[in-house]
Amino acid sequence: MELYTLSARELADKIQAREVSAREVTDAFLACIERVDSDVRAFVTVTAQQARAAADAVDARLAAKEEVSSLAGVPIALKDNLCTTGVETTCSSKILRGFVPPYNATVVEKLSAAGAVSLGKATMDEFAMGSSTENSGLFTTRNPWDLTKVPGGSSGGSAAAVAAGEAPFALGSDTGGSIRQPAAFCGLVGVKPTYGRVSRYGLVAFASSLDQIGPLARTVEDAALLLSVIAGHDPGDSTSVPRSVPDYRAALTGDIKGLRVGIPKEYFAEGIATDVREAVTRAISVLEGLGASVGETSLPYTEYALPAYYIVAPAEASSNLARYDGVRYGHRTRNAQGHIDLFEKTRDEGFGDEVKQRIMIGTYALSAGYYDAFYLKAQQVRTLIKQDFDRCWENFDALITPTAPSAAFGIGEKTDDPLAMKLSDICTIPANMAGIPALSQCCGFTESGLPIGVQLMGPPFSEETLLRLAHAYEQATDWHTRRPSLDKK
Amino acid sequence: MALTREEVRGVATLARLDLKDNETDRLTHHLNDLLAQFARLQELNTEDVPPTAHAVPVAAALREDVARPSLPREAVMANGPQVDRELGGFIVPQVIGE
Amino acid sequence: MPLYETHVGMECHAELLTESKMFCGCRNEFGGEPNTRTCPVCLGLPGSLPVFNKKAIEHVVRTALALNCTISLHSVFHRKNYFYPDLPKGYQISQYGNTPIGVNGWLEIEKPDGTTKKIHITRVHLEEDTGKLIHSDGAGYSVVDYNRSSVPLMEIVTAFPPDIESAEEARLYAETLRSILIYLGVSDGKMEQGSLRAEPNPSVRPVGSDTFGTKTELKNLNSFRSVQRGIEYEAQRQIEVIESGGRVTQETRGWDDEKGISFSQRSKEVEQEYRYFPEPDLIPLEFDPEWLESLRAELPELPNAKKRRLMEQYGLPATDAAQLVLERETADYFEQAARGVKDTKAVANWMLGDLARLANASGLAIHAAPIPPAALAEMVGLIESGAMTGKIAKTVIEEMFATGKSAPQVVQEKGLTVSGADEVAGIVAKVVAANPDVVAKIKAGNDKSIGFLVGQVMKESKGRAKPDDVNRLLREEMDKL
Ligand SMILES: [Zn+2]
Repeated sequence: MELYTLSARELADKIQAREVSAREVTDAFLACIERVDSDVRAFVTVTAQQARAAADAVDARLAAKEEVSSLAGVPIALKDNLCTTGVETTCSSKILRGFVPPYNATVVEKLSAAGAVSLGKATMDEFAMGSSTENSGLFTTRNPWDLTKVPGGSSGGSAAAVAAGEAPFALGSDTGGSIRQPAAFCGLVGVKPTYGRVSRYGLVAFASSLDQIGPLARTVEDAALLLSVIAGHDPGDSTSVPRSVPDYRAALTGDIKGLRVGIPKEYFAEGIATDVREAVTRAISVLEGLGASVGETSLPYTEYALPAYYIVAPAEASSNLARYDGVRYGHRTRNAQGHIDLFEKTRDEGFGDEVKQRIMIGTYALSAGYYDAFYLKAQQVRTLIKQDFDRCWENFDALITPTAPSAAFGIGEKTDDPLAMKLSDICTIPANMAGIPALSQCCGFTESGLPIGVQLMGPPFSEETLLRLAHAYEQATDWHTRRPSLDKK
Repeated sequence: MALTREEVRGVATLARLDLKDNETDRLTHHLNDLLAQFARLQELNTEDVPPTAHAVPVAAALREDVARPSLPREAVMANGPQVDRELGGFIVPQVIGE
Repeated sequence: MPLYETHVGMECHAELLTESKMFCGCRNEFGGEPNTRTCPVCLGLPGSLPVFNKKAIEHVVRTALALNCTISLHSVFHRKNYFYPDLPKGYQISQYGNTPIGVNGWLEIEKPDGTTKKIHITRVHLEEDTGKLIHSDGAGYSVVDYNRSSVPLMEIVTAFPPDIESAEEARLYAETLRSILIYLGVSDGKMEQGSLRAEPNPSVRPVGSDTFGTKTELKNLNSFRSVQRGIEYEAQRQIEVIESGGRVTQETRGWDDEKGISFSQRSKEVEQEYRYFPEPDLIPLEFDPEWLESLRAELPELPNAKKRRLMEQYGLPATDAAQLVLERETADYFEQAARGVKDTKAVANWMLGDLARLANASGLAIHAAPIPPAALAEMVGLIESGAMTGKIAKTVIEEMFATGKSAPQVVQEKGLTVSGADEVAGIVAKVVAANPDVVAKIKAGNDKSIGFLVGQVMKESKGRAKPDDVNRLLREEMDKL
């Protein structure tokens, strides 16, 4: 048995039972990173030294028979848009190269308090803008299931690391599908919590009203375990909701009898690949077989979610990214004449193409003559989308859809067609616009062996229902037990 | 409604992006693609629809007025690409006339 | 040349008196070493988020109530996007549009002729201050200090069309506003430190015209005096531009107090386009009407109301009352000193006369003088009872100020006790005997000449004689002749 094949829960149990030391576990994962990351390229920064020190600290507590927390000694990978004290945080952007935060994100503090051991920072699309991790300003990450394919994005590094066994689980962030779509492409469980469920303090902002941090894991139980640790109210984030956090693992009863699951027809329209459609349809049958009641429903405003999202997210981003000006941190141009020139050159040199595009569209959408036609209109459409969902919750406890229109696409396949790239988020964006929780898990494989994702969405704060459904499905199937065969190569 | 190169340059100035010519061309093309997508939104009648800025309702968070320690100045300056340690400030090109 | 009239809109910013900054826990203070009061939030570090300071909101709500505003029950915060080195996030959190904390209020100014005028206020809102650029001579660059970044800042804007029609009215508006803010305890009102900033927008037009002229915005006005001088200068300049066939350009102009001129500040690089949108990191404020009513009930008595009351209750003239209420502590001092004194006007006279002069010379406010209100009351009491003359009191108060001793103590130690009637009678007899010609004049009916004799007696007694005594004894002495 290799340690790096175990789930986070299994590792936590073994460490607490002192069957294995935290140090051995950390070393096993560091060794795995050493072995496969030159192919996968999931990490921007590996913090081996700090990880070993943190693991040793856990071992010392255990040796002293002191009480340890739920994730004591369990390694984790962090998306590189989560601020970490003393560890470079780049958002995979040249403009943040060299930025070493003097503070930890709230989720990083919570992980540390729970005893988790951070292995390092995972790659992403620059500032989380993208769906393939090809927009990284540093390098491109590969899908462990097929190194010629993308891992999805923007949390592609986090997903690839977990799929490749470089970490038992990871944190990602999801603005329009950035946890769920890479989870689907890499055969993992990914959860985007309800907006406000997890503190955003210390998450480098992309689109403030849409961003949420969430877990990527190989099992539903691990995702639940991690979500229990990171969720909760934070007085440092005004948008976080003061609401108690349940033990999400307790929701994994296996019993889904009587849960009403809706199938919104708009998510099965043209553009969804046949193998995806078929896999999701089979998953629906499995849930039905487990006692869920299934029925068709409709979310008529679905088609407007994508254009509205491409106004709201870039508008907020154009403002959030205004702080990168070369004065206080990060990249600064070498040849500036005056401060306007300093700003313009620094930003031109530091930002990649996709980021510039979004800053431009956002700046345009907010400018005086266009505010009502674009930004205000998009916020109104958000209301319509939310009302669509609200109507569904009268009859259903959850909705089931594909996570992405297709399985992982090839590296370079869509880079010349930005619009096609954006369409890969068409199933995930509505949940962000409505602020509702959503989860993706593996529901099968394509003929060429690539994972396919199914998405569950529910009303605000229904994470327990989604996890229960996903867990029951996972118990009834064995997709989650499959692993990519990187080592054979 | 299509954006001209000049308009795109104007937006770039607002966004403080010093675009090169080929970037301006590419962005003009791309922005116009997206604008065509947005046109669909105009089909919708949203006259009486309130905008949603925050999808999940929550009350405004208020902090008690209590001072807490600030960062040590060294930590503040550590990330500065160009700093004057004697003056204790971040260097910017001279700003005149203020 | 046609006659011109001036109109002035006023934008005032006041840094609020709080312990901590608007959106973070850094200390809100003036001065100090650069970048010693900063944190991830006020430095705009990636990932940091703002949280409202409750006290700052309360300050703005109380100010809005005191300025007779309607409070927006749902008040939204916005991002004002622009680039500048002192603005760490690339946007300022502010309030835009029609839901600032306070809307549609007014305050009343009193002009030197005693008439009052309502100045309407369109909005009172809350925002954050920016950092500061320090220009280092010779270094060839500027450095940025973010200590002031995110300090809570209240903006108060007068309504359009402007009610203010002269530079003097603008100064009175600023002075009145300042005293209200100080009464409320929301601002220290220090214009010289920039914690209160007044930015007038003067414009001129020929009398009879029904469209307003182009306005300019004046900055760097560091005192009330410069508010008035700046507007006077600027209005005259605008008139000269128009008269010489030119057009006034809408621009921001700096005020050079030493040279007494305004100068064009480089107009902001590109056209202003702030791209306001609701701040997604903050939830709009919802005010509970009951809470607002409780704040309203707890508002202190404001300067105008206090002035009217002082006039009625103590019989003070308007000018004295106006001076006393300029600062709340001065008025409090007066009311304490006036307690138990019959001649309350005399208390005001002493405060605004000798005490103010002495305090001023030591750089102190009246209420901070080393003479407590009870001691001043005691001194006025001595005069009232005839135990001391007003003339002696002038010496006594100086000594009280210098030593902190009470009036009776000073009188005792300096031998300034009032001369007895017998002693005075002796002096009177001497004076009458020495001035037979004056006495003759008086006897012939020239009553005014008695003043000369009174003066002589006072001089001989070194001011310790009571005027009543002197008058009575002089008459008696002359009647003997
Ligand atoms: Zn701070």
